[in-house]
Amino acid sequence: MSTVTAPPPAAVVVERRPRPVPKGRQRRFFTAGKLAALLVFIVFFLTPVYLLLLTSFKSLAEADPASAWTWPKTVTLDAWREAWDKLGPALGNSFKLVIPATIASTMLGSLNGYVLSKWRFPGADLVFTLFLFGMFIPYQAVMIPLALLYNDLGFPHGLPRLILAHVVYGIPITTLIFRNYYATVPTELIEAARMDGAGMYRTYLSVILPTSAPAFVVAAIWQFTSIWNDFLFAVFLITNPAAWPVTVALNNTAGSQVTPFPVQMAGALIASIPTLVVYIILGRYFMRGLMAGALKG
Amino acid sequence: MRSLRRIGRWGPGLLLVLPSIILIVLFVYGLIGWNIKTSLGTQPVLNGPSGVRNYTNLWHEERWIRDLKNLGVFTVVFIVGSLAMGAIMALLLDKGVKGEGVFRGVYLFPMAVSFIAAGIVWRWLLNPSSGLNLIFDKLGLDVLKNQWWQTRSWGMAAMAIPAVWQMSGYIMALYLAGFRGVPEELREAARMDGAAEWKVYRHVVFPHLRPVTLSALVILGHISIKVFDLILAVSGKQGITETPAVYMWDLIFQASNRPKGAAIATLLLLGVAVLILPYLVFTVRSERRA
Repeated sequence: MSTVTAPPPAAVVVERRPRPVPKGRQRRFFTAGKLAALLVFIVFFLTPVYLLLLTSFKSLAEADPASAWTWPKTVTLDAWREAWDKLGPALGNSFKLVIPATIASTMLGSLNGYVLSKWRFPGADLVFTLFLFGMFIPYQAVMIPLALLYNDLGFPHGLPRLILAHVVYGIPITTLIFRNYYATVPTELIEAARMDGAGMYRTYLSVILPTSAPAFVVAAIWQFTSIWNDFLFAVFLITNPAAWPVTVALNNTAGSQVTPFPVQMAGALIASIPTLVVYIILGRYFMRGLMAGALKG
Repeated sequence: MRSLRRIGRWGPGLLLVLPSIILIVLFVYGLIGWNIKTSLGTQPVLNGPSGVRNYTNLWHEERWIRDLKNLGVFTVVFIVGSLAMGAIMALLLDKGVKGEGVFRGVYLFPMAVSFIAAGIVWRWLLNPSSGLNLIFDKLGLDVLKNQWWQTRSWGMAAMAIPAVWQMSGYIMALYLAGFRGVPEELREAARMDGAAEWKVYRHVVFPHLRPVTLSALVILGHISIKVFDLILAVSGKQGITETPAVYMWDLIFQASNRPKGAAIATLLLLGVAVLILPYLVFTVRSERRA
């Protein structure tokens, strides 16, 4: 307070303006209140993280729900080690699932978005609407017959079933992201390429694809995050525990009474690290994906 | 001849999208149809009802009615909580604050975390003899101590807290984009007319946000109808926190009653469709007009 230079006499200012501006002290008070409110929200969002971290460094003996907030007397990495041993293979499965599924659904989204925005065919709007509805359907409404279909087709068990499911049900959102993005590419660019004799495919490769990097990042982050965090499809379609992705393995660890609390908490952190790293590095693009998910371009 | 040339014009495009169209028609619409067919069948061992009975019988079950009530309580608290918190956070950030990126980043990060991972810590926070109750105890706020989701009849309201934690940042982002989409000239014009700042919000900014609120409602609503992982992770399978999606789960895995499970799945879809379809038609139509 004392270091801030005093504002000019308020009365003078007030008389010259059409309406009174808040006095300096009043404004500072307002700003301080705003900041305090913003910090309260920060506390709300970070408290669970604090509790996770705190408990994950406790020893088995100290991890008692009744003393959740006390600092560990001895800091130990035992829980992290054990969680890593338990979830390591599942973490590997998650990567084996997420990487191909993200790449495939993003590529399909790019092609669809290109056609639906620049090479429209009769009924393109209907197709797009049919796709969009697919974005919102509850997985519950398709998962029983999906498992039956896989069995009827003799589709290979394990991760392939999950990969295909995520590719297919990812088509709507990736198509939406790319369609909105390509709508901003000037049509003259496409016309110019066509004048030069380039067909649809050549135009895609030489004009569209090179400008698509931002949309690819947005779509890939969206897919990476939602596939990584999916639980319902994974637990329903994968019967063999050796093929479980990390969400299912984590839930299984946490659900059993024998797993110590620090291990559960360390496991929750380990399972969240990949998506959090993506979020921290590429947060700006993450936001854009969220906007697309609300159907806003 | 002319029509051939036209096909030559849009044919390749259609061909390129065709694989996706086939996949969507088969996996979305085909499987929805198959699911409805399953829901009209009979569970052979239980010798249960068949046909529409799988649906109508549900409405005579206390369990189903309780699950719907649970979902209702959850939905109201989740939606109202997320909208209110999201709007307040956006309002606080709207005028620009030092370190805005940090605030936004922290408010939004739970979106990147799975319900399963979040549920593990919320199970402690909402444990009557641990977590938040311990903090209230220390702060002398004994009035706030409660049984959380284990509270009779209103426990689902507590279950919505982790969901608000996870989704309100998203709503904040939507509203913030909405606020900033209001042309500055409009705000300025209102100020020139002598409107106080809160009146500028009340009469100029807020009316602009109706489409954003509609989007937010639709998004939150459809998430709420499907809610499953979160409940499993926080409370496990408990009657007191059961929702239709959890009931369906129980029917398939514990009772191996596939037709009845499929019937519930169809009802979930119906709930989402009632919410989403008008919104989709409205969005696509207004886009075409633009």
